[in-house]
Amino acid sequence: MKYVDEFRDGEVARNLSSEIARLSKGKPLKIMEVCGGHTHTIYKHGIEDVLPPNIDMVHGPGCPVCVLPMGRIDDAIAIARQPNVIFTTFGDMMRVPGSKGSLLDAKADGADVRFVYSPLDALKLAHQHPDKQVVFFAIGFETTAPSTAVTLLRAQAEGIKNFSVFCNHVMIIPGIKAILDSPDMRLDGFLGPGHVCMVIGMRPYTFIARDYGKPVVLAGFEPLDIIQSVYMTVKQLDEGRCEVENQYARVVRPEGNPKALEAMGRTMELRPFFEWRGLGFINHSALKLRPELAQWDAETKFEVPGIRVADPKACQCGEVLKGVIKPWECKVFGTACTPETPIGTCMVSSEGACAAYFNYGRFSLAAQRSRLPVINLTQAAETAVKGS
Amino acid sequence: MCLGIPGQIIDFVDEENNIARAEVSGVRRNVNVGLLRGEGIGPGDWVLIHVGFAMSKLDEHEAQETLKLLYEMGNAFQDELRMYETSQIE
Repeated sequence: MKYVDEFRDGEVARNLSSEIARLSKGKPLKIMEVCGGHTHTIYKHGIEDVLPPNIDMVHGPGCPVCVLPMGRIDDAIAIARQPNVIFTTFGDMMRVPGSKGSLLDAKADGADVRFVYSPLDALKLAHQHPDKQVVFFAIGFETTAPSTAVTLLRAQAEGIKNFSVFCNHVMIIPGIKAILDSPDMRLDGFLGPGHVCMVIGMRPYTFIARDYGKPVVLAGFEPLDIIQSVYMTVKQLDEGRCEVENQYARVVRPEGNPKALEAMGRTMELRPFFEWRGLGFINHSALKLRPELAQWDAETKFEVPGIRVADPKACQCGEVLKGVIKPWECKVFGTACTPETPIGTCMVSSEGACAAYFNYGRFSLAAQRSRLPVINLTQAAETAVKGS
Repeated sequence: MCLGIPGQIIDFVDEENNIARAEVSGVRRNVNVGLLRGEGIGPGDWVLIHVGFAMSKLDEHEAQETLKLLYEMGNAFQDELRMYETSQIE
C-alpha cells in the first residue's frame, strides 16, 4: 500500500506524543481501543512506550474469536463430527479450545474440517461436493457479517441446497454499551474499530458521546493512526468536548457501506440475547439467519447441543476482555497459558490481547518494570523503508 | 480475519456475480466487489479486501490529507513526491 512508511514515521510519532503529554497535563487517562486489530498494532509497534506514561491503553472486547463462548465451539465441533459434513472455518478458530478439545482435535479424530479464506470458498466447496453438506462457521463483527450475507444471497439465488451457515456474528455497539454500563469500568474515551465503522458508519456511536459523555475517535490501523487518534481523544477532553470524530476518513464514510447493511438486513436478524465470553449475556447483541433462510441455517439443519459451558477456573479472559486486568496480570499468562497451549481465547487469536502481548515479547517483567521499548518505532520505520 | 488488505482491481471476471480480479501485493486473486457497485468500482481502483470481499474504496486523496495533517502537526517537511512512493504491504 502507498503511504505505509509515512504512517510509521518515528519523528511524527514523537511529536504527537509530546502534544498528547502537553494537552493531558500528566492526568491519568484510560482510553479503550475497542478492536483487537488495534491491540495488535499497539503491541507490535510498542506504542505504549511512545505514548506519555499517564496514557493507559485499555484493551477492549473487539476480537470475535475471543468473545465467542465455549459452548458455541462445542456446538461447532458437534456439527463438524456429523457424517457427510465438510466443516469450513477461518484459520483463527481452529485451535480455540471447547470443553472437549478444539476443531483441530476433531479433525485429527477424522472430522472433515477445512480452512477457508472466504465464505465464498466454502460455497465453492459446496459446488464441488454435491454429495456432502458444507457448513461455514461464520464469526466476526460487522466487518465480516456482510461477506456471510452476500454468500447466503448467492447460495439462495443459485439454489445450492448442500450449503449452510453456523451463524455467530456479533455486533460491537451492544458490547461497548455493556462495558459502559459495567460498574468496575472507568474509561475516559474510546478508539472506535475502523473496519466495523467502514460498514456501520459513524451514527451508531453517537450515544457514547451524547449519553455517556465520552469522546469516540474512529481509528485506522497503522501506528500513526492510533497515536493520532489518541491525540484527537485527548484534545477533545482538553477542550471539554465529547464527539464522534473520524480519524480513518480515508476508509470510513459517515454513512458506512449501505449495500453491506442491506445484505445483512436481507439475510439476518437480531437474536434476543447472546452470550459473550467475559461480558455474559447481552440483549440484541448477535445475529442469526432470518426464518426465510432456514434451509441454509446450520442451527436448523443439524442437531446442536446448545449447552452453556463455564470458562476454565484458571482462565481470566473475561477480565482481560473487559479491560479490568492486563494480559500479564492473569494467573496463567505465559505459564500454563501460551499460544502453543492456550487455555483461553485471548491467547489463541492473533488479535487477542494475550497472544499479541506474548508474541511480541513484551511480557518480560524486566522490560515491563523499566518500560523499555522492545520494538523501537523509529527502527521499525527505517526497516520498512529499507524493505520497500 | 478482521484486518483488511489493500488491493487494486485489475478486471472483471464475472460481472453477474460481481467477481473481479484484484492484485494484492503482486498476487492476483478473485474478489467480490458487489458491496462497492454503488460507488462505480472498476479497474484501477484501490480497495480494502476482507475475507474475499472488497469493502471500501481507498481514496488516495483522503490518505494524502491525513498525511498532510500529520506532517503539519509534526513540523516535519517532507517532499510531496515521497507521498506517492509505493511500498509493498507486509
